[in-house]
Amino acid sequence: METINYQNFRIDAENICVDYNGKVALYDANLRLKPGQICGLVGMNGAGKTTFFNALTGFVNISKGKIRINGESVRSAQKDQTIAYVPQNEGIDSQFPISVWDVVMMGRYGSMNIFRCPRESDVQAVKDAIERVDLTEHYSTPIGNLSGGQRKRTFLARAIAQRASVLLLDEPFSGVDIRTEKLISELFIQFKNEGKTILLSTHDMIHVREFCDLVLLINKTVVAYGETSEVFTPENITTTFGGISPDFLFGPES
Amino acid sequence: MELCSFLTLDSFITDPLTHDFMRKALLMSSLVAAVCGFLSSYLTLKGWALMGDAVSHSVMPGVVVAYALGLPFSLGAFIFGVGSVALIGFIKQKSRVKEDTVIGLVFTGFFALGIVLVSKIKSNIDLHSILFGSPLGISLSDVKQTILISLLVVILLSTFRKDLMLYCFDPRHAKTVGINVFFLHYLLLTCLSLAAVVGLQSVGIILVVAMLITPGATAYLLTDKFDNMTVISVLSAIISSLIGIYVSFWFDLETGGSIVLAQTFIFLFAFLFAPRYGIFKLKKLFSGYK
Repeated sequence: METINYQNFRIDAENICVDYNGKVALYDANLRLKPGQICGLVGMNGAGKTTFFNALTGFVNISKGKIRINGESVRSAQKDQTIAYVPQNEGIDSQFPISVWDVVMMGRYGSMNIFRCPRESDVQAVKDAIERVDLTEHYSTPIGNLSGGQRKRTFLARAIAQRASVLLLDEPFSGVDIRTEKLISELFIQFKNEGKTILLSTHDMIHVREFCDLVLLINKTVVAYGETSEVFTPENITTTFGGISPDFLFGPES
Repeated sequence: MELCSFLTLDSFITDPLTHDFMRKALLMSSLVAAVCGFLSSYLTLKGWALMGDAVSHSVMPGVVVAYALGLPFSLGAFIFGVGSVALIGFIKQKSRVKEDTVIGLVFTGFFALGIVLVSKIKSNIDLHSILFGSPLGISLSDVKQTILISLLVVILLSTFRKDLMLYCFDPRHAKTVGINVFFLHYLLLTCLSLAAVVGLQSVGIILVVAMLITPGATAYLLTDKFDNMTVISVLSAIISSLIGIYVSFWFDLETGGSIVLAQTFIFLFAFLFAPRYGIFKLKKLFSGYK
């Protein structure tokens, strides 16, 4: 067997299983990502995409297997602010009385003192992050007054402010406007150049082709994993989506 | 005589203050209202109204047992409050019954146990004051307990104010950045049990849930900033307490009910006239339609 230096991997998930009260949500899943790689996570609803994210963030415990983030346990990765999670718009209470600034500041909480008093450096990090997602005019706007795209950018800014090296994005392109989509794709290129690793789930096959170096097709377990050009084939996609033809998924033109 | 003094606002306010029990009631109820109002913002945003109802009813047997054994009633109430939540979690996990059903089932069971215990333990427990509150008859030892518990809750909530807000808003992010979500969950539950304990003196077990959700709901209609929400919630809770006690004094009404009714009216006012979220949007009425 070849020897692998685990430090080289940003994400190294080995044979992980997750079950909720005996009901298996994910089993024997493997994933290895290096710095600067962007990987698409594709699967049906209920195929275990969110569960996979939950396992990587430590939000659920895995019942079997091993996860290393930058060669460390998930717990130390949490303490080191290594992982950032950008939720789906639907996963957030948009009526929560909180402003853009406050949400982005939450990206700094993990590195603040117990009272979460922002230091000069935290304020600067939040300012920079908001600037990068082009929301400088919306510092004090309540998130309820933002568009879907602006809200998505707010949570991206939170991940930027956190200075995480692993970004997990749940449906980053769903329900966003063209401007936001363009901004996100520009950010992806910057993140890649900064050596950040991105795992994103998406329903949109075109986005996978466009952004992802690698693709992970799952249906409770890994159906296929590898370079997008090799793995993202109609056959594999059909298997992942339980026999639905790719024509239907891609539209007739592809 | 009384009717005359009634006519001036000044004596409406000052006359009751000549009574020692009224001064004590006003002070204690304001303190309790402030504590419950503070917590209320978190409970309404977290969607824990039903949980608040459950915990506050479940403390009943704890209060009865503590009285019977001569222990501080807050201790018994706290044990049963937290115990009920643990039991709810356990039954939910080990059965296929849905959560709201489990909550309803557990707290009514605890509450019934409390009522049965009162009838069995022949002591001088005043069922009426437990069920409906007795802010006018609060004893000195109760005052001390209330102040201590209130201080504890306020210190806990203030210290972890931002973490609790994050926990209510996005627990997954909290977990991802290494914040102890488990601790925050139980911290909020502990504060809930403690607030229910002090709140039941003012308005009684049956209505204490109103103290824990109505001020927060009112504030939620009035602002888009979390800090403002907390301030409005606390203020509306205190004002309701004062109005409730005065009104009950002058018109000889049940005090607990009057306090909660005052809260309900303030909520209805916000519901109808809140500048942004009210039905009639007061701002628009003043500025005219564009």
